[in-house]
This record gives sequence, C-alpha cells and structure tokens, in this order.
Amino acid sequence: MNPYLANYTPLPGVADELFDADGTMRPVWAPFMDQLGSLSPADLAAHLARGDQYLRDAGVYYRHYGEDQTERDWPLSHIPVILHEDDWTRLCDGLAQRADLLEQVVADLYGDNRLVAEGHLPAELIAQNPEWLRPLVGVKPASGHFLHLLAFEIGRSPDGSWLVLGDRTQAPSGAGFALENRVATARMFPEPFPRANTLRLAGFFRAFRDAMNALPGARDRQAAVLSPGQGNDTYFEHSYIARYLGLMLLEGEDLIVQDGAVQVRTVSGPQPVGVLWRRLDAAYADPLELEESSQIGTAGLVEALRRSNVNMVNALGSGILETRAFMAFLPKLAQVLLGGPLTLPNIATWWCGQDAERAYVRDNADALFIGDALSRGLPFEIGTGETAIPEGQTLGQWIDAQGARLVAQEPAKLSTSPAWDGAGLTPRPMSIRVFAARTPDGWVFLPGGYARIGQPSGTTALSMQSGGSVADVWVMRDGPVPEETLFEPGTIRRQETGALPSRVADNLYWLGRYIERTECAIRLLRAYHLRLTETGNASDVCVTRIESLLGDWGLSVDAPLDRALESALGPARHCARRMRDRFADDGWNALADLTNQLENLSGHLIWGDDTARMLGVLLRKITGFNGLVHENMHRSSGWRFLTFGRALERADGVTAVLDRFATGEAVPGLPGVALEFGDSTITHQRRYRIEPIPATVIDLLALDRHNPRAVLYQLTTMRRIAQDLPFAEVHGRVSPVLKLLRPLETRLTVAEPGDLDTAALADIRQILNQVSISLSATYMV
Amino acid sequence: MLYDIGLTVTYRYDVPSDRGKTLVRLLPTDIARHQSVRSSQLLVDPVPAERHDERDFFGNAMSVLSFSQPLTEVSYCVTAQVERIAEVRGLDLSPTLGSLAGEIAQHRQLGPRAPHHFVSASPRVSPDAAITDFARSVAGSGETSLHIVERVGQALHEEMRFDATATDVHTSPSDAFANRHGVCQDFSHVMIAALRALGVPAGYVSGFLRTLPPEGQPRLEGADAMHAWVSAWCGTETGWIEYDPTNACLVARDHITVAHGRDYGDVAPVKGVLRTSGNQSSLHAVDVVPVDGTDR
Repeated sequence: MNPYLANYTPLPGVADELFDADGTMRPVWAPFMDQLGSLSPADLAAHLARGDQYLRDAGVYYRHYGEDQTERDWPLSHIPVILHEDDWTRLCDGLAQRADLLEQVVADLYGDNRLVAEGHLPAELIAQNPEWLRPLVGVKPASGHFLHLLAFEIGRSPDGSWLVLGDRTQAPSGAGFALENRVATARMFPEPFPRANTLRLAGFFRAFRDAMNALPGARDRQAAVLSPGQGNDTYFEHSYIARYLGLMLLEGEDLIVQDGAVQVRTVSGPQPVGVLWRRLDAAYADPLELEESSQIGTAGLVEALRRSNVNMVNALGSGILETRAFMAFLPKLAQVLLGGPLTLPNIATWWCGQDAERAYVRDNADALFIGDALSRGLPFEIGTGETAIPEGQTLGQWIDAQGARLVAQEPAKLSTSPAWDGAGLTPRPMSIRVFAARTPDGWVFLPGGYARIGQPSGTTALSMQSGGSVADVWVMRDGPVPEETLFEPGTIRRQETGALPSRVADNLYWLGRYIERTECAIRLLRAYHLRLTETGNASDVCVTRIESLLGDWGLSVDAPLDRALESALGPARHCARRMRDRFADDGWNALADLTNQLENLSGHLIWGDDTARMLGVLLRKITGFNGLVHENMHRSSGWRFLTFGRALERADGVTAVLDRFATGEAVPGLPGVALEFGDSTITHQRRYRIEPIPATVIDLLALDRHNPRAVLYQLTTMRRIAQDLPFAEVHGRVSPVLKLLRPLETRLTVAEPGDLDTAALADIRQILNQVSISLSATYMV
Repeated sequence: MLYDIGLTVTYRYDVPSDRGKTLVRLLPTDIARHQSVRSSQLLVDPVPAERHDERDFFGNAMSVLSFSQPLTEVSYCVTAQVERIAEVRGLDLSPTLGSLAGEIAQHRQLGPRAPHHFVSASPRVSPDAAITDFARSVAGSGETSLHIVERVGQALHEEMRFDATATDVHTSPSDAFANRHGVCQDFSHVMIAALRALGVPAGYVSGFLRTLPPEGQPRLEGADAMHAWVSAWCGTETGWIEYDPTNACLVARDHITVAHGRDYGDVAPVKGVLRTSGNQSSLHAVDVVPVDGTDR
C-alpha cells in the first residue's frame, strides 16, 4: 500500500479521480502512484522542491488583483490530475460540438439576429449586455470566423459524467501556464515512465500557430500577441507565450491604423500586422469607437476590422458568449442550430426573466446559486455576481423584483483529486480547463496541462485569487507517445525576427540609461563614504562637493541605501518588466538579484567604510548584469538601443563629474574623486606619474579614446551604433542622431585638456541631451 | 418646411495636439416620415489625411478622420438643406406603463430602433434614486405612456433651471439633477434617466433648432449651438416620439435631427483621440434658417 495514501479518504457524495465508486484505484493512476510510493519522504520532498525551484527561477508569476497588485509565485499543486486518453477524446468530441455551436451563435448575434427574431434568445439579454459591442454589429471577420481559441472549464459530477461549467471566449488565459506546469512536473517526476505515455503539449501550439499563419493575408505580415500590458494579472503568460511561439508582444500603443490597415510602430518605420491574438478585453481595444476612457487601446482598430484588414483572435465582441445566462439557452440552441442535443451538457442554469423558470428558482432558491444574469464569472468564482438582498425583502420577493437580471445555477459538486498536504495525499475538489484551437482540419485540443485545485473546505471554491492552486493534467495512453516539439522535424529555417517595436526600443534604451545611472550613483556614493571615512569630517570640501552632485542626481546621502538608489533602479526594473519577452531568464534574474541584494543591505549598515564595502558588492552585481548583456545578448537592434542608452548615460555622468571635480583652480583631493568615479586611478598613476590635476584627469576621462570610462570612447561607441541603426543614411544624408554625434566626436578627438572648461563641458551635456531627444524622435514615435 | 443649415465648430489647442483620429457625427440623414436631406456636406480644415464616411449602429452618419500633422486648430463646417416633415399625430393609442413592459418583451428585434437598447443603464446614464423618486412622483398611475412622457418632461422643465455655465460635457445626470440646473444635454440625460426608471425606453437626440422663431413666437433656448432632446418609445402602435425638455415641448417642425443614440456618448458630435497636454477651447456657430416661402 502506498504510504502517502494512508489518510486519503474520498468524500461522500462526490466522485473521485483516483478511486472509483467501489474504492478501487483507477488503472490510469497506478504507474504514477507506484512511482510516488517508492520514494522515501526525503526523496519525495526533494522531487517536489525541484518543481517550485524551476518556477521561481523562470519567474513564473501572476499578478494579484487588490490593493497591493503584488506579483505572486505561481501556486503549483504538485500532483498531476491523470485521465485516460479514451475519456479525454470523448470529452473533446463534446467540446468540439460546443465550439461549433458557439461560433454559430456569435455569428448570428453580430449578423442576422435570427435567434432573437425567432424567440430562441431574449432580446434584452443581448441589448443590455455590455459585451455586445454595437460598432461590431454587421462586421464580418476577415478570417471568416469569430472564434479561434477557446477554453472550457469542465468538472465531473457525482455520477462520473462531465459538465461544462463555463465557456471562455473573450481572451482565454492559461495555455502558457499549462506549458509551465508541464515543465515543472517534468522536473519533479523526470522518470521516463509514466511520462513517456503522456500526451505532449507542443503539437497543440504548433497547430495553433500554423493556423494563425494560414489566415488570409497573414503570410506577408506580422502576427502578434496584443496584451493590455504588464499591469494585467496574466502578463507573464503573454510574454511567455509570445516568446514560445515567436510572435511579437504588442500593446495598444504599439499599433497605428493607416488607411484602415493595422501597423506596428517599429524603429524601421510602420510594419503591417496580419493577425492579432488579443489578450485584452474587447471594450478597451479602441478608444475611438469602444470604451472612450481606454488607455490601452488603438484608435481606429474597429475601422480596420470593418474593412476586413486584420485577423482578430478572437473577434471583438465574442466575450458575450461568456454571459452566465447564456448557459440557460445553449441546450435549446443546440437543438435549433445543430439539430440535436449537446453531447456534453453544461451546468443546469435558469434565467429568471421567464415565468416558469423564475417560479422554479423561487421554490428552490436555497439549493441554488443565484447571481447576476450578465456576469461572465465562472459558477464557483466567489464574489462575482452575488447580489445582496435588500432589507425588508424576502428571497422570493427579491427574485420576483429582480427578474430578468438574475440567473440561478445548480451548485457544482465537483470531483476530488489528490493534492499534497505536506505529509501525504488528500482529496481536493478540481476542475479542468480545456483549450481548443481552430485549425483548417477542425478543432484541436490541448491535451491536459491545466486544472484548478480547490481548498479542502468545499467543493465549489476553486478560484485561484482566493487561494486555490493549479495542477498539471496528464492525459495518458496505454503505450508510449512519440516525442513532439514546436517545430516539424527537418524543417530548420531561420525566421525573420521582425523589426523592433518602438516601445520596446524605448524601454531598452531607458533600461540602459537607468542601469548606468544606478552604477554612477553607486560609484559616487562609494566615493562619498570612503571620503567620509578618511577625513571623518562631514564639511570636508570633497565630501560636500560629492554630496551636492548627488543632490543634483536626486540622491540623498541621509536616506537608506535602497531608497536612495530606488530612483534609478526602480525605473530600470519598470522598463525591464515592460518587455519581459525580450529577456532571457538569466538577465531577468541578474536584475532581480541586484534588487534583492539592495533590500537585504538596507538597515544593516554603518555609515562610512562598511557602506562603501557593500556598495562595492552592488557594483559587482551590476557588472554581472552588464556582462550578460555584453556576452550573451544577440547583436540585434535591441542590443543597440540598450547599449546606446548605457553609453550616453555614462558619457553624461562622467562629464558631470568632470565639471564638478576637474575644472577651475586645483583643489587638492578633488581630481582624485573624478578618477575614482572613472575607475582610472591606477592608469593615471602609470601614465602621468604625478598627483592628479584637472588637466590630466580631463585628458584621461574625456579625451582618451581607449579608456572605456572616457567621454570620447562612449561617443565613438554611440556613433558606431548609430551607423547600424535604420535610416542612418537616407538619400546621402546622415540621420539626425549622427549629425549631432559626428561633430562632437571630432571635437573631442582634436581637443586639448585646457579646451574643456566648465562652459565646454556644459555644452557637451547639452548636445548629449539633444542626441537623446533626436533618438526618440527618429525611432520611438 | 425647408431649412438652410450652417454650422461651424472650431477647436483650438494651446499645445499642438499629437497626430490623431477623430470621429465626427455632424451630418443630418434622411429619416422616414421625419426629415429628408436635400444636400449636405462636411468640410474639415485642415484637410485630414484620411476620411472614411460610415453609418454607425444607430444609422447616424459618421466620419472617421485621421490627421497626419499636429494640430493647433481644427474646424468642422457643415452646410445642409433639410426638409422637415410635419408629423401628424392622431389619437393617443399608447399603452399604460403596465402594458408597455409586455409590448417591449414582445418586440423580438435588435435593429437600431428596437426599444431594448434604451431600457436600462447606458454608459452616461445610470439609474439614480433621486431621479427615480421624482419620476414616480410626477408619473401618476393609469395614464398613457405618451402622456407620462410629456408630464415628466414638463415637470423637469419646471424643476430645473437652464444655466449655460453650470455644467460641462462630462456632468452626470445625478449631479445635474441634484443641483437642478444645466443645459440641454443635462435636461435630456435627466429625462432619459427618469423615463427609464418608469420603464419607458428613452434615448438621446442631437440636432439643430431653427435660429429665429416664426413671427409672434418666443425664441427657443439652445438655438445658438447644437441642441439635444429626448426620444421615447410609447408602444408598438405609437412608436418613437420626441420631447424637448429644455423648451418643454413635443418636438415638431423646428427641430432637425443629426444623430440619435442611448445617450450623449453615442452621438457626440466630435469625439477625438488627440493627445495634447495643454488646454483646448471650442467655438460653435449655428444658423438654421427657413428657405424663403416654405414657412407655413
């Protein structure tokens, strides 16, 4: 007997995935349970920890809605739910029928409205529905279909049959998390058997991507994921799946509509987009014709759709099918539109706008879940659609008064599946999310990957937001399953990576600048603390000058380190987050590491030497990040903008320091600060063999084209990069950026140290500022 | 009655706006048994880089304009000749409120004139307890719905004060009603909220008023700019009727329709996604003059 099942007792009145009604383990589970049972508690703990570690390293998170908007670790439930392929195939047949039905319904709602005219759907459920988007009425989708990617939430009833709990048609999320679940379970249970008999997930994504690329006009145009941005709860998934499928990750502001065609703003100018896999709610997609207040949409998108110029996955307005009250009508609509019953029923639902149904709900109110008819929440999502009954009204009176605004559903008594409670396995309620993609050969289903596991307390509370977790789902065959990958065997071909979206270029450029700004701040702070230690005098001229320059940079020496540096590092993190799909996990982790290090330090430091030493540690962390960029990042235009930003910021930082510490009459100690900031003390000693004076320091930190800390060196870097950017030369004329950089580079090439007085240094900074503005104006609009 | 209509709307921006898109609903259209458009044109200065003329869901004429250059000033100039057809109103056959609900439910259509679009909250008109109480207190019982529309409109006209400066385009009906003042937009939004609270489908109409009244009649309020009033559905037999709460009258030959929808948001004459950090100001000039000899 498996020791971890000692306390596993299925609950009365519900089905269990592991054991059948007679208490016999279902054969499909046996190989996995045997394997699990053979592990010692210590080994098992180590196995499970590997899954958690993987998810942490990969940075898998979802955003928690609420006051703090914090990112939460992905709540993995370690034990997969296991189903047999035969059961799964039957399930998918039923869901394919349902998908076809949904397509016909939505086509009618935005087309002839026959269902309303013939009395199969009440007009008010459509007309009062915020998801019925009037500007889209009569607009035929370019692809010929409204629905391309669907998800169904399904659960098993006490009698063992499956029920559909909800349809996700707006912008179903979770397929990317399913992939991560699968990688995590593979880390936890790497043994080839039973994994070898489990259906793979990659084929689904390949089919979906190929289907998108086969849509009309998609061949010569970009396909992209359209995301609401990093404030969204599933932004991680958007970036993950865009990277996995090689699609651009775009936000509304990346797109413009010209001549009714959708284009992405890139550093090489506007590029046509053929397919948008939409992950934002339709109402926010176009501030011109839909929700006026939307900050995340694209003006003119509806116009583009009206002119059938872009394929939308799924069509704007498809979200109406998620309306809870529709569940009451779909069984009958199946008869009307398909000529037969639903092979997979949905959860019993009554719309209180009909007399007989309302009477039934009134008589059975205590046994039903009653909520908002137009809510799009799933039946078990607590807090969505539950309405309080006003005082002085009985439940029955309330139901009569609200009428058509209410819908009632039977509470789902979901089956249970094993979950790890720290010592053994325990039954928890679960529901499965099944993803379906439309392909030229019909609907294709993602075989498993995503189940919600509820709290022990009940069999209806499954929402992740309220503390549930997510498990992998294994669909198993009796024999081994062939390996599958995203690419068809033997078809290696180098893909065009596509032009860099302007917004991403902007973020990379500013990431480069803020990272360097952080480094400059750390260097100067370190110099401050070293001087403070040496002189023990807070009014020493070096100390006060450093303090004043730090003040110019918005840094206070009195603030704790983490807060002082946050003004530079915070924006750096923000930029990085906004283009998560561009970052390899290592780069992301290096940045996170820097932040963590900073947080750990604060509050534990003694001013002076101790702080200076810790700042040295931070510098090495930042060098680690820069090293990754330098060593690992592909020399594409993304790298160019990042590096350009760093070079510009460094040139500016050094110039500012030179102005403060290497001009005017020689005050002992001041030029040394500049050298230390520029990491050039030793070189100086070797080269000039005198105490640093302004002239030697300017020579080394401004005019030396071999010193990577010198202004001239950075100007040369910038000029070389600018030559590789688009529009570097158009009709024999150089770009505005080069027009500024070339004369400045020449000027410093021929300058003598004495030429660079305060006025000249200020002029250099002024030109650098113009370079920045001109770069933005050329590539980021 | 045949009218010559001239309208100029000018927007000025302190800081040049970003290039952007604008959606314009300024041109009157043919409406059966109501008005017929002899000619109409919209001129935009500067000329937009792109212009697409469409019909929106409610059948209104709309133009989607794109500007490729930053704007400091843009003007929209409408000239039109429209014949306003006098509606013949017969006996009041509209149902009582009690039967109206049943007639709505029987109406199995989702076309632009279907009552279902106009019965519940819309983006700019949400239910308001004070307006609901007011509506119930003036509606009485057993009256026909047509009668109730007139009564509610009349009562609002008496209750609220016309004040051209007290509110702006974003003022909610709740605020306008709480302060008992506003312009035609506020009067109309409050009346829509009141009628919907009683179960009468109600919508928003934008349009023009003749500038100078026929001899011997008072000049109507709202003739200096675009005007707004209310349409209400009074049952299958009567259909849509229109009432102007700002002037307390059923709409007749002095009102020319430009657009109709659920509330102002559906008919906003100029709706733009222009990004500008500075202030903007706008200027309206309207002329609605009967063509000689068609008066009476």
